[in-house]
Amino acid sequence: MANWIKIIEAEDIPEMGSRKVVIGEEEIALFKTRDGSIFAINNVCPHKQGKLSEGLVHENVVTCPLHNWDVDLATGEALGNDSGCTNVYESKVENGFLYLNY
Amino acid sequence: MKEKLVVIGNGMSGLRTIEDLFDITKDKYDITIFGEEPHLNYNRIMLSYLLSGEKTFEDTIINHQTWYDEHNITLHKGDAAVSIDKEAKTVTSRNGIILEYDKLLIATGSRAFVPPTKGSDLENVIGFRTKLDSDTILELISKDKTAVVVGGGLLGLEAAYGIAMHGIKTILVHRSGSIMSQQLDSTGGKLLQKNLESYGIEFKLNTTIEEIHGDKEVEKVSFTDGSEVSSNIVVFATGIKPEITLAKEAGIDTKKGILVNDHLQTSDENIFAIGECCEHSGNTYGLVAPLYEQAKYCAKKLAGKDSDGYSGSTLSTRLKISGVDLFSAGDYMGDETTEELILLDEKVGIYKKLVIYDNKIIGTVLYGDTADASWYLKLLKEQTDISDLRTKILFGKSALSGDTGHGGDDVSAMDDDEEICGCNGVTKGFVVNAIKEQDLKTLGEVKTCTKAGASCGSCLGIVEQILVNTLGDEYNDTVEGICDCCNVGHKEIKDTINTNDFNNVYEVFKKLDWKTEDGCAKCRPAINYYLLVKYNDDKYKNDKRSALVNDRVFANIQKDGTYSVVPRIWGGLTSPQELKDMADIAVKYDVPTVKFTGGQRLDMLGVKKEQLEPMWKDLNDAGFVSGQAYAKGLRTVKTCVGNQWCRFGTQDSMQMGVDIEKLTWGSWTPHKYKIAVSGCPRNCAEATIKDFGIIGVDSGWEIHVAGNGGIKVRVTDFLCKVETDEELFEYTKAYMQFYREDAYYLERTAHWIERVGLEYVKEVMFDDEKRKMYAASFDESQRSAQVDPWAKSIEDGYTKEFSPIVIDTENLPNYQAKETV
Repeated sequence: MANWIKIIEAEDIPEMGSRKVVIGEEEIALFKTRDGSIFAINNVCPHKQGKLSEGLVHENVVTCPLHNWDVDLATGEALGNDSGCTNVYESKVENGFLYLNY
Repeated sequence: MKEKLVVIGNGMSGLRTIEDLFDITKDKYDITIFGEEPHLNYNRIMLSYLLSGEKTFEDTIINHQTWYDEHNITLHKGDAAVSIDKEAKTVTSRNGIILEYDKLLIATGSRAFVPPTKGSDLENVIGFRTKLDSDTILELISKDKTAVVVGGGLLGLEAAYGIAMHGIKTILVHRSGSIMSQQLDSTGGKLLQKNLESYGIEFKLNTTIEEIHGDKEVEKVSFTDGSEVSSNIVVFATGIKPEITLAKEAGIDTKKGILVNDHLQTSDENIFAIGECCEHSGNTYGLVAPLYEQAKYCAKKLAGKDSDGYSGSTLSTRLKISGVDLFSAGDYMGDETTEELILLDEKVGIYKKLVIYDNKIIGTVLYGDTADASWYLKLLKEQTDISDLRTKILFGKSALSGDTGHGGDDVSAMDDDEEICGCNGVTKGFVVNAIKEQDLKTLGEVKTCTKAGASCGSCLGIVEQILVNTLGDEYNDTVEGICDCCNVGHKEIKDTINTNDFNNVYEVFKKLDWKTEDGCAKCRPAINYYLLVKYNDDKYKNDKRSALVNDRVFANIQKDGTYSVVPRIWGGLTSPQELKDMADIAVKYDVPTVKFTGGQRLDMLGVKKEQLEPMWKDLNDAGFVSGQAYAKGLRTVKTCVGNQWCRFGTQDSMQMGVDIEKLTWGSWTPHKYKIAVSGCPRNCAEATIKDFGIIGVDSGWEIHVAGNGGIKVRVTDFLCKVETDEELFEYTKAYMQFYREDAYYLERTAHWIERVGLEYVKEVMFDDEKRKMYAASFDESQRSAQVDPWAKSIEDGYTKEFSPIVIDTENLPNYQAKETV
């Protein structure tokens, strides 16, 4: 069952940038791409736990700030020759607010 | 609708053209290939290994059936094209297939050339060009018969070696007095011959075949020196002739080969020719590197893109015989106008020759030690002035400056288990195997598949050498794209940016045909940098979203995602009050680790991102600005005590350090930039391993440049001595500005100088007008750069996004939205 949690106003996420959400012990990184799409992904790189929220965004990919792994924002999968996966979360925007299915 | 491209020839150059074409466009053509041989595209260069049994045929296949299938290419294996009708634009094959084309590519290669010889029409007299030839040789050779190979060129020697490796008595006849006379001078030839004799090859020089005797098959061979031998096989490797029959019969212009222009077009604009069958500016080529170069230009034209066109190739050769290191390139013979630098040790079997004209290398022969082949080839291709190097150049790059760390490593001397990439723990053996097993051809491929050089990149030179040593003349050292998003190098990008106007990085991507919309973590910061250099940051707004984390957050990220904060301490000079203020702030924010850095600063580590804003504010209030310890720009100016206190001091290095730091702080450069000022030649500030080192002497200041204390220590080069402070400031500014504009993004001064040469930098620095111009440009850009990024990002509200959004888990239901599904 979907459990939608209201997070922030969507426009508070910078374009080509990110925000970090803390829910209990868990961190989720929110990203907004150049076309305005929003992605939510577990803020842990599958490689060495780098904080993906600090990475550089290009198309639907974030490059981890620690060792440059590329992670697909839609699937959480590491790209290229690296392998590993991190959780992704469903998100939606309603009346300007971003909700996460958590 | 797609156009029809028909390719005649299923060999290396034709297929490389198609691969290059696919890199540009996959949708333009429906492709059909006719291949006379009944095989997939295989690596003809590897034939010698096939013959010697060091490789299987499977190893030599370049394009597998899946590749043809994936790209919807129709391949007619074992069916040769027999005629071209250029009026009707059709090709007819031996099996009767008639195909229409819009564009036709002739890549028919060459045939073995057999000089008129009595008995050469007998069975078992063969050339050595194809898989079939190799199979035939392997079938025929037998222990009780002698094999005869004609031709002491590259191919002949490889054939003789391949046969001798099976324990067969092999005679090699060569009509001139020295083997490989096309690629080697006589000294090199003799050394090589001696080595090959140890494999059991017997040489008959200045000799040709008188007659091949036999009824139907080869039985006996007699030579012009009067001797004869009982034999059952004669292999001719006496050269190749371009296969031009088809083109000639179709009425296309031919001479030695099929005549082509710089875009590889024949006399009929819809018909292209490439590879061994074509003739460009009077030259035909029989080596793979030039053919691959041609393929690039041919592919561009086929794709409908403009290019400068092919302008001929510098040839270099490597002999593919295990255990023999041989390399030659350019004009290795020289003439009365050239000089020669020679190193010869016959006993050890080392011979190096460089042919010099006008202080530049124009040719080289290396035998026994080819470790520096890629370096010499680079100097040759780039026409580098070697006057400064000539006393040491023969001893190789690593010998250039003894222990000071200028130059490279001897890759061939490394053991397989030696680690070459410290970042990713990759050994030499691992890279060599990956290159061979996965058929890697470019530095980029090696980087992705092995991770060697994929992190800090300092080992890339070694990785490239390994690639060159492993692949030999197959290695294509043409410009690679700066990342996977593009096919252009730094130079082309800079040129494009300098000659066009752009508002943002994305416009640059469009103009240069980027494969991605947004670029990636490699190219976007680079393009952003080049735009900044061109426009300064008052005319182009530095794009934070194109900067990597440290440059974006103005702090250094640590492994746990916290940051370090380093305030600027001018010239490394502080005061009790400053230290007290810093201590108070460190206590207030509960900083876990406080450490002095090598650059005489205080590093506060373990700061949470949300603490950055209040901490910066407190530091600003106490009079500090960012130390920019994260910047690709001026980091620190390190000083020694100097004559204010030191009994040996000759100059006031502390004050000079402060002045220089006030002058240069806030500036951004291609990579980090460190300065040091020592008060006397004892050099306690370690100025000789800095990007810019200043050393006080009695009569003024010495300027030393391009040092590096990092992974590979490099001692500075001495630039000049100045007498006044004003001169020193001018040089400081001009040198930094010139580096900023001339170097590639992420190229440290040490690497930059090694690439462009000290002379090049001196020419600009010693030209009064240019130096003043660069210094003025520096002043201009500093006007907008000397702003504290901490204060500015608080003021702009940028730091708001640093704080996390904390969801109260206790009250989660309050945040729950209405169910919409």
